[in-house]
Amino acid sequence: MAGQAPVIQLKNVSKTFGEVRSLSGVDLEIYPGEIVGLLGDNGAGKSTLVKTIMGFHKPDEGGEIWFKGEKITEWSVEKARALGIETIYQERALCELQPIWRNMFMGREIRNKFGKLDVAKMKSEATRLMSEHMGFTSTAVHPDNSVLTMSGGEKQGVAITRALYFEAELVILDEPTVGLSLSETKKTLEFIQNIKKSGRSAIFIDHNIFHIYPAVDRMIVLDRGKVAGNYKKSEITMDELIESMYRVARTGSLKE
Amino acid sequence: MAKTEEVKAKNNAARPPSFWRRFGMQFGIWGVGIGMWLIFVFTASEAFTSKDIYLAFASSTPIFALMAIPLTLIVITGEIDLSFPSVMALATASFAKTYSGTGNIWLGFAVALFVGTMCGYFNGWLVTYFAIPSLVITIGTGFLFRGIELAWMNGSGVGLTDEKLASVANVLVGRSFFGIANQFWWTIVVTIILWFVLNRTKFGAHVFLTGDNKISAQLMGVDINKVKRRTFAIMGFFAAFAGLVASFEVSYFWPTLGEGLLMNSIASVFLGGTSVFGGIGTVTGTFVGAFIIGAINAGIVASGINAFFTQVFFGLVIIISVIMQAVISKRIKR
Repeated sequence: MAGQAPVIQLKNVSKTFGEVRSLSGVDLEIYPGEIVGLLGDNGAGKSTLVKTIMGFHKPDEGGEIWFKGEKITEWSVEKARALGIETIYQERALCELQPIWRNMFMGREIRNKFGKLDVAKMKSEATRLMSEHMGFTSTAVHPDNSVLTMSGGEKQGVAITRALYFEAELVILDEPTVGLSLSETKKTLEFIQNIKKSGRSAIFIDHNIFHIYPAVDRMIVLDRGKVAGNYKKSEITMDELIESMYRVARTGSLKE
Repeated sequence: MAKTEEVKAKNNAARPPSFWRRFGMQFGIWGVGIGMWLIFVFTASEAFTSKDIYLAFASSTPIFALMAIPLTLIVITGEIDLSFPSVMALATASFAKTYSGTGNIWLGFAVALFVGTMCGYFNGWLVTYFAIPSLVITIGTGFLFRGIELAWMNGSGVGLTDEKLASVANVLVGRSFFGIANQFWWTIVVTIILWFVLNRTKFGAHVFLTGDNKISAQLMGVDINKVKRRTFAIMGFFAAFAGLVASFEVSYFWPTLGEGLLMNSIASVFLGGTSVFGGIGTVTGTFVGAFIIGAINAGIVASGINAFFTQVFFGLVIIISVIMQAVISKRIKR
């Protein structure tokens, strides 16, 4: 993978909220076609890192974000999505009173050449995607139904389908399996494999090492806002990984 | 075999939400409106079967309907504006001053609409930049705008009877088609424009998302502060327009213009089914709501009921419609 510019690269990114430093000096790069697992305890800074990559949080002075070998200034969610980064958030980021079609195209509404919203197209695309990609045929998923009426798995389906629709170069999944049933979890893990097959990249965050380990190429361990470890899967077995995670949690360091 | 598959396919087909779920709120509003009307037709049949009272509605209701309709957008984003009656006055004062200074009607209009828009934008800026609840800050700006206007006009009004103004006045507030006041048609035009803005533009889509869940909207790249500032600016623009309409209607600019319109406008919005919690609302609902409020005003007097009861009726209608909202939205969730 050397020689190829990373899809996204963070250089010395820190993020401070008031007195609390959530990220300090994080360096990280994701290469095309690579699935990277992001591991870390609660409060390690995983969600802050994701929201910084997405442009929701602005990194502190001195931190740089590079996209495909170009330094990006004026980073924003809109820009990140326009460049092809989509995130499936832990909190799903849905507007529940709104119908499915509005949620599906939230922030990136389909418009005709006069700038008028193409509501009919958004509805038909929403229906097509829901049935093609998520296999939804239940009565709950008509595009005019509000998200409020859906089950947890169906809501997650909307969030995943949304990321899929825009054919992102990089998909970030922030604990996507929380609250899902076994079959829904399986579907989500298959979705991650499909990202890889189509040559795109993903960052996969999960508490469950048993979900992460089989799905990823590389693992990054985050601890107290710092990158504490970076392993290719070939370099470490699952047992060793679990062992080192315990060590990090206890001592804050990977080395004994 | 083939038959069961067919049945299965039918059962599995994605069904739209039921008619009642989608339009229940709209029915409720229209129901209240028609119910009120029937009461008045029976209690004051003489007044309510002649066309005069409807012509009276068509001339008086638009004054606050023109502001209730843009206010709907602000309420959908989860904010409120209490300063628009003052914006109305300050903008119209700008017209009066510009016109008396330059003699140019169009410049006067442009200045009034600009001042109105800027007042609205200023509200939006305060709300978003300092993250102050709009309920509080627009009380402040309401006093501020009113104060500036009163000081500027030195508390005195201006007649708008100049002959040069007659043709403009005729377009704004003249009578056409069986004597229906033109401001009624303007209200319909504004309703159509803002319906389009709300339902067929990206900005409109973002208005709903902002009011529904602002964190989700931001995570997906919606600039909620820009959306809010724009809704306030739109409010200011139409408050200025309503101020011109109201003043031309009586051919006089009163420095107290706008007083007494605040509650009518806000009541129209909530009566029209726009959610107090944001994220849900329609401009057509507000349009109907405004005319219900207008009918209550006129109907009470025409029915020979003591006018003090107007407020009792207002109160009941608003309370019932807000309860209806709560009940209907609970049903939708199940």
